[in-house]
Amino acid sequence: MYSRSLLYVMLQDEEKTVEIGGGHIKGLIKPPDQLKLTEAELKEKITRVLNTQNPHAPDNIVRWTFKVKMVYLARFINAKSLTEATNLSCVFSPQTTPVEDGGEVEEAGEEDRPDSAASKTDKKEPKITNIFNSCDRATQTLHNPPREINCQTEPPPRSSFSASANQWEIYDAYVQELQKQEKNKEKQKAAPSEKDEKSQKKMMLMETQDIDLNKVSKAAKVLERMVNLNIFDEIAQDFAYYEDPADEFKFPKGTLLPLWKVKYDQAKKLSVTALCWNNKYPDLFGVGMGSYNFCKQGSGMLLFYTYKNCSFPEYIYPTSSGVLCLDIHEERTYLVAVGFYDGSVAVYNLKTEGKEPIYKSTAKTGKHTAPVWQVCWQNDDMDSNHNFYSVSSDGRVVSWTLVKNELVFTDIIRLPVIPAETEETEPAQTPLIACGTSMDFHKQIDYLFLVGTQEGKIYKCKTYSSKILETYDAHHMRVDTVKWNHFHPKVFISCSSDWTIKMWDYTINTPVLTFDLKEPIGDIAWSPYSSTVFAAVTTDGNVHVFDLNINKYEALCQQLVVDKKKAKLTHIAFNPIHPIIIVGDDRGNVNSFKLSPNLRKKPKVRTLTSFHRSISQ
Amino acid sequence: MLTRRIQGQKGVQGIIIVNSEGIPVKTTLDNSSTVQYAGLIHQLVMKARSTVRDIDPQNDLTFLRVRSKKNEIMIAPDKDYFLIVIQNPSD
Repeated sequence: MYSRSLLYVMLQDEEKTVEIGGGHIKGLIKPPDQLKLTEAELKEKITRVLNTQNPHAPDNIVRWTFKVKMVYLARFINAKSLTEATNLSCVFSPQTTPVEDGGEVEEAGEEDRPDSAASKTDKKEPKITNIFNSCDRATQTLHNPPREINCQTEPPPRSSFSASANQWEIYDAYVQELQKQEKNKEKQKAAPSEKDEKSQKKMMLMETQDIDLNKVSKAAKVLERMVNLNIFDEIAQDFAYYEDPADEFKFPKGTLLPLWKVKYDQAKKLSVTALCWNNKYPDLFGVGMGSYNFCKQGSGMLLFYTYKNCSFPEYIYPTSSGVLCLDIHEERTYLVAVGFYDGSVAVYNLKTEGKEPIYKSTAKTGKHTAPVWQVCWQNDDMDSNHNFYSVSSDGRVVSWTLVKNELVFTDIIRLPVIPAETEETEPAQTPLIACGTSMDFHKQIDYLFLVGTQEGKIYKCKTYSSKILETYDAHHMRVDTVKWNHFHPKVFISCSSDWTIKMWDYTINTPVLTFDLKEPIGDIAWSPYSSTVFAAVTTDGNVHVFDLNINKYEALCQQLVVDKKKAKLTHIAFNPIHPIIIVGDDRGNVNSFKLSPNLRKKPKVRTLTSFHRSISQ
Repeated sequence: MLTRRIQGQKGVQGIIIVNSEGIPVKTTLDNSSTVQYAGLIHQLVMKARSTVRDIDPQNDLTFLRVRSKKNEIMIAPDKDYFLIVIQNPSD
């Protein structure tokens, strides 16, 4: 039916408009073989019914069977084709997705979901899209080009900090903390705040002025010593290591090797009047400068040198009057007792900053009326006050005690009045008072001491009684030095301007040994390492070293150390530890020498047991 | 005064005092050498001091000597400053 009705429609259409040549001619042009029907027949309604019968399907199909060998009429006609076609055309697939899990389905209408939905449905059944009813149309929405908008603020100010935390920095921090805590404790305990402020102000002023001196002084000192060490390197090496090899051949004689020479520019005109080594710091020695000239008396100086820095003294104390003697305390080696030409004594403290002595005796407090020739420290008394003794030409031996802020004096002995010589003199004559010129305390027995006088006598005395135990007629001229032996308890030695050195046993009234050096002797000293070695200096510039163990009559070493015409030697001292001696002259120079091995021989142990004990102390 | 004393010793070529930050405070040499010495030696001293104290924190550097062919540089460090002396020892 389809094809026929279609034809009919097409025909009818053609009837409407016909194109002939260039225009439209309206009017019906009937084809010649068309059915000619009457009007009534045209209006007749013909109903058409669609049925499943296929009009074209043949209804008289014959077939041959071989069975019967006949042609027969086939009855069943395929009219099914139409129905199948209609079945196909009526499939309706709904757009709604099948339900998987309850709840998600409501959102299915959204456009975002189809992708996810499609992916989900892929698992179960592929989605069937109807070509006729569904069409995919895609559009590309406009993408805005992505743009970046940044905003930069000002960065916060930064500074890089670096520090190292070593073991020692941590230790330092702890130490500082500890100090702070201690300071806080002290502040809480102590003084009013006003004083602190004032002292702080002073401190500030000091700092701004002397940046260099105060703070750098320690380092500068070290450097100065280093520089000096470099300059005098050879001397330092000699001091430490040189041993004269010629001593083997020259036995028993020895030599003195010159080492450092110290002198201070401002003390050029003064002569060395006293020398003393420091026991605790064996490189430090004190030099007293003054003048022996009776007529020309000026100021003096107290200098302390160390051989580590021989170009400049460590401590300088100018004094108003010439220094004649000095002694350094054995234990408290910062206390120095000094005796002056004007008769006063003073005690200096090396630890304090100022140039003034901490104690000084005045006319009121019992100073001597004549030059003080020797001072000696003694052990602390029972109240543990320091005390020292002094002897002077006014004939008094005085003990001075350092009590708090004062110097308290006690006369120990007045040296006896000596009758005039046996020459004929007038009876009305002023008696001569003995002038003490030297003094020494016994090394083991504390209270026993010797005093040498101007007249050449030596007195043995005790400190606690003013009686003189014994008198020795020692010399014809003044006794310059008297010294006990460091080891032997009975022996002492004395020297004098009468060119002799005499050795005594205190139990015997006459000298045991006498040495005549043919020149006035300035000073003598026992050696600290041997009981038989001592040294003497003479004014002709010679140093004599004796060792009684080896040679009882002659010096082992007699060496000219300064030019005879230029200077006279005045004092000598042995270093307590090192084998060096210092020699002072009247030009203000101090020369140091190293003793060669022959001069340093220690006696064998078989001698006195007390000697052995004193060495081991 | 101390610096004058050291300067007057034999063979001393110059003295420099440097503060704890490495800036020379006082000197007897010319400017460029001073700055050079100060900068280089400052580092050396810090290193040496650190070494000594790392081994034993209670210990501290006393002085440092650098001996070269031509001269010797001696450095003495202090709390806030350190001193440098250049000496020619064989003069």
